[in-house]
Amino acid sequence: MSLNTSLTSVGRGIRIRVSGLGTFARFFWLLLRRSGIVFSRPRLVSQQIHFIGNYSLLIIAVSGLFVGFVLGLQGYYTLNRYGSEEALGLLVALSLTRELGPVVTALLFAGRAGTSLTAEIGLMKAGEQLAAMEVMAVDPVRRVLAPRFWGGVIAMPILAAVFSMVGILGGWVVGVLMIGIDTGAFWSQMQSGVDVWKDIMNGVIKSVVFGVAVTLIALYEGWQCRPTPEGVARATTRTVVAGSLAVLGLDFLLTALMFSN
Amino acid sequence: MSSEKTDWWVGLFVLLGGIALAFLALRAANLSSFSFSPSYTLSAKFDNIGGLKVRAPVKSAGVVVGRVSSITLDTKTYQAVVRIDMEKGFLFPLDSSAKILTSGLLGEQYIGLEAGGDETNLPDNGMIQYTQSAIVLESLISQFLFNTAEKQGSQTTAPGASDKPQK
Repeated sequence: MSLNTSLTSVGRGIRIRVSGLGTFARFFWLLLRRSGIVFSRPRLVSQQIHFIGNYSLLIIAVSGLFVGFVLGLQGYYTLNRYGSEEALGLLVALSLTRELGPVVTALLFAGRAGTSLTAEIGLMKAGEQLAAMEVMAVDPVRRVLAPRFWGGVIAMPILAAVFSMVGILGGWVVGVLMIGIDTGAFWSQMQSGVDVWKDIMNGVIKSVVFGVAVTLIALYEGWQCRPTPEGVARATTRTVVAGSLAVLGLDFLLTALMFSN
Repeated sequence: MSSEKTDWWVGLFVLLGGIALAFLALRAANLSSFSFSPSYTLSAKFDNIGGLKVRAPVKSAGVVVGRVSSITLDTKTYQAVVRIDMEKGFLFPLDSSAKILTSGLLGEQYIGLEAGGDETNLPDNGMIQYTQSAIVLESLISQFLFNTAEKQGSQTTAPGASDKPQK
């Protein structure tokens, strides 16, 4: 008897997960099909870039600076043992452009921009604004979701590039100005070891993928939340949890695909 | 905030992203010195390439003149066939020689190209005849050990009591 009920609950859990995945995929497809507004009213997208991107710039730049500082200090500590402090520039640049830039930016992005997207959409739903739009024959997916989606997708790689740049400058400040590594060796080692396509372009591709994933999860959670204050709160939490996990999992997949040879 | 002002800030944001990407490509990576335009390919056979990798530099007198484009194994002679993309304007005589060298003690391996004295130059898809394999540290050490063991053996063993096979 209890075997039967536990079997049933396992089956129901799996069915709910799978159908959630299906809803998510259909939501993505719906969003892509209604994205024509990006070209007919580009100002809506630029407003969202302003809201998502410009307001996230400060936290991204400051985090990048401090990550660069810490990479400089910790990298120097390790490299000093092998007498190759000059490789610090290479270490800082490679770790930032390949991994830390896209990943840390995406995590911060999920916390800074993803939550606000979810809360905004969720409150629109709770206040029945989305339903009102539909009554007025305005498609909320087209008018509300699509500009936010593309704003996030465009803003994310820019933020990641800024993060990497500021981080490298932070590593330079610690390595060259504070510790006293030769500045020429710092840059030339970096330039000889960092490849434009293999390292930097792959980093940009990563950040685009993370931008799609985080923005999509944030919009989906807002769109699907229960229209109550508690439902919006839960959806916001889920955005951060699911977004961060998706970023880390996708990062592993992409790294395995890009840098495996 | 008026939409004009928003547009201005968004433009600034995108511009900043462009600057960041340009900084990464030009200052952190090697795009500024990326004037590489392959004009012709050469190939060379090595008995052992050690740790040579695709895209390793080919240097002559320390100047990069090309890059390794592919490494394959010739299944007839069991030698490694290394194909090299040479940079435009660097022509080398027919009897030039290629060596696999290591930059520094633990550095990357690269191909050192030494010009010969022939009148004609290597043609496109030409083969470098004179090659020298990579120095593999293990075989060097084992050679050294064998040499010293042999020397010691010939000094200490009395004639007749030798356990070496007689030839």
